[in-house]
Amino acid sequence: MGAAVHIPDGFLATPVWATLDAAAVPAAGFIVRRAQREFDEGKVPLLGVMGAFVFAAQMINFPVGIGTTGHLVGGALLAFTLGPAAASVVMAAILAIQALIFQDGGILALGPNVVNMAIVGVLAGYLPFYLWGGGKWRKLSLFAGGTLSVLVSAVLALAELAISGVKMPASVLGVSLALFLVSALLEGAITLAVIQALESIQPRFVREPAAGRSFALGAVSLGAVLLAAVGVLFASTGPDGIEKLGRQAGIASHARTLITTPLSGYKVAFLSSSWLSKAGAGLAGLALIYGACLLIGRAVSRNRSV
Amino acid sequence: MHHVVLERWSRGNSAIHRLDPRAKISALLVFLVVLATAHRNLVTLSAGLLMLLLATLVGARLPLAAAVVRAGIVLPFTVVFVCICWWAGDPARGIALLLKSYLSALAVMAVVSTTPLPALMRGMEMTGSPRFLLMVAQFLYRYLFVISEEAQHMSKAAASRGATSRGLIGSTSRGRSRFRAAAGALAVLFARSYGRAEDIHRAMLARGFQGRFRTLGALRFRTADALFAVLASLAPILWRVAVEKVR
Amino acid sequence: MPPLIEVRNLKFTYEDGTRALNGVDFRLEAGETVALLGANGSGKTTFVMHLNGLLQGEGSVVVCGLAMEKRNIPAIRARIGLVFQDSDSQLFMPTVLEDVAFGPLNRGMSPAEAAARAQAALDTVGMAGAAGRAPYHLSAGEKKRVAIAGILAMDPEILVLDEPTTFLDPPGQRSLAALLANLPQAKILVTHDIPFAQANSNRAVFFQNGAIAAAGPVEDIAVRFGWEFAVERSKSNR
Repeated sequence: MGAAVHIPDGFLATPVWATLDAAAVPAAGFIVRRAQREFDEGKVPLLGVMGAFVFAAQMINFPVGIGTTGHLVGGALLAFTLGPAAASVVMAAILAIQALIFQDGGILALGPNVVNMAIVGVLAGYLPFYLWGGGKWRKLSLFAGGTLSVLVSAVLALAELAISGVKMPASVLGVSLALFLVSALLEGAITLAVIQALESIQPRFVREPAAGRSFALGAVSLGAVLLAAVGVLFASTGPDGIEKLGRQAGIASHARTLITTPLSGYKVAFLSSSWLSKAGAGLAGLALIYGACLLIGRAVSRNRSV
Repeated sequence: MHHVVLERWSRGNSAIHRLDPRAKISALLVFLVVLATAHRNLVTLSAGLLMLLLATLVGARLPLAAAVVRAGIVLPFTVVFVCICWWAGDPARGIALLLKSYLSALAVMAVVSTTPLPALMRGMEMTGSPRFLLMVAQFLYRYLFVISEEAQHMSKAAASRGATSRGLIGSTSRGRSRFRAAAGALAVLFARSYGRAEDIHRAMLARGFQGRFRTLGALRFRTADALFAVLASLAPILWRVAVEKVR
Repeated sequence: MPPLIEVRNLKFTYEDGTRALNGVDFRLEAGETVALLGANGSGKTTFVMHLNGLLQGEGSVVVCGLAMEKRNIPAIRARIGLVFQDSDSQLFMPTVLEDVAFGPLNRGMSPAEAAARAQAALDTVGMAGAAGRAPYHLSAGEKKRVAIAGILAMDPEILVLDEPTTFLDPPGQRSLAALLANLPQAKILVTHDIPFAQANSNRAVFFQNGAIAAAGPVEDIAVRFGWEFAVERSKSNR
């Protein structure tokens, strides 16, 4: 299925694409304002050209053995070099061009694709570096960032499809998730390798993670990561696992309401993939927590440095 | 190549080409929403919408067969899901996915093949999309092929220096070094692209750039455009209403 | 008549410590064409970037009577036009007309005026029909001409061309030479191409280690600095 899932039009249920399109509008406004504050319109060429770079970079094949090759998706790499806001803008521009010129991804589905890959994917990719990129965990945080950016985007896409009623038998799901995991790990490896190569050519290209991180923020984010990992684990063991966890933490009923309210007319969808919907919604929620953490963290660090 | 063909088609000169991009964008959105939200009598609905699109393509004097085939670019992804749906016992959804995604792609293609990208972007800007983002997309498109050619040269050069199929996992030192070589190539491409961006910025400053792009002209919305926007929006809506009233 | 460009004792060091310019003195009079010769890294391109304020070093740079200070830079950039080596980095707008109109628009002209100015400039360089085309589809020679048009549209007094013949084949070079001969502005040609310099300039200066080591006719400089071989070879190729 590939590392980057561009959802076409016609796949998602109306509540799903409509909500995500609505969410994407203020999100796009936000990243543009942040990117423009750091850069004025004079940096449009830089972002545009680096977007073209990402496109072109997909032509360079990374040998993975057993006769296959992989290639860069790029969200994390952009975040580590241009900063997360600029990276989000570039990814959004890439998605727009792909949808319009190459019909890779739908137009109504641009909102979901942008949220998955340009917003949440980039944030998830940047978070480890933001937290731990300054110390001895730098290499691991670069690798983790690359991995998470692809994994989170792909899982979100899968969740959106499942919530929309695209039935995926457990075996198919398993294979997809396995493929996504492999692509994600590959992205991590490629991202790390390219950053290292960049640093040996021209260190100024790679950012230093912002200073002023609080321990509390790190703990909360780490908690979110662990919750996500646990969530995926329970989801994969079956519906009972997540129900139990949910009952103990009071999450499950919440997640259920989250799904049934917009989908009251879509009983079929809900019934057939209930546990995946919950897992998907849970993961989506957790991914949003990531984003919130990052934003809060930035606000905190900005106040500190002032 | 796909985009080259679409670009060539977009430089045509039919009545459809001459329409204001905003009229075409609004008609496209209505079409997509009508299609995406439909659940009943999909096959009949799709047939009518297909006719609508084909008529538009004919009116735009575009090669019909070629356009219909090109919209199939969306099929590989969709076919996978059609198979999944079939296997999961939900063939109806599979058909729905196929029809909806193909027709949506054809509709988008119809607009993009009759509107040059700069005009399309200006239309999008005037209907509320963030200007900064659109300008980045325009620059991206402008330099897409320039950078891709550079990447191609680098790829060929690397391949001519030894092309086995071993890789990261297969063998040990050789595979890993080929992986690192590819990473090195990407890093070089990154640096070259970044350097080019700085060159572009210098060229902009040299010609008096002071922080904001100024454009040549706004678009003018004529009666013909308004007429098209209304009619082209009504057509799919009325068709769907008709289709759903039956039975 | 005062010189169009007067540079005195210009020094410049890059951030990484490389001393790029070591006290350069230079003058450009109206109507003349000067070739800047010298090996790669000798400081030629660094020097020309000081003429429109892209770089600022120590020493005095006066262009068209304006001292190189922040408040003068917009006016200076309107009077001296720089044509860079890589035309792809210079033609950054989606269409030819929009690109050539970029300069006039930045100078505050109305869209209609700017478009007219751009079309006139395209006529001057012989690319009148190219207005709606995308730069990507042009040949190297056509791109160079459009780049020059983009500068001419600003109505400058001085043209600076950095390695203009790099991507051009001999017919393209001849075409460029013919175009330049018809333009009345004073010109600076940064080039490696001795025959091109010889055919198109009144005099030359030779850059070496960030300073001007010699000045005079192109042939004299070529011979003096061991570029004789290149001159002989190109003479026999004609």
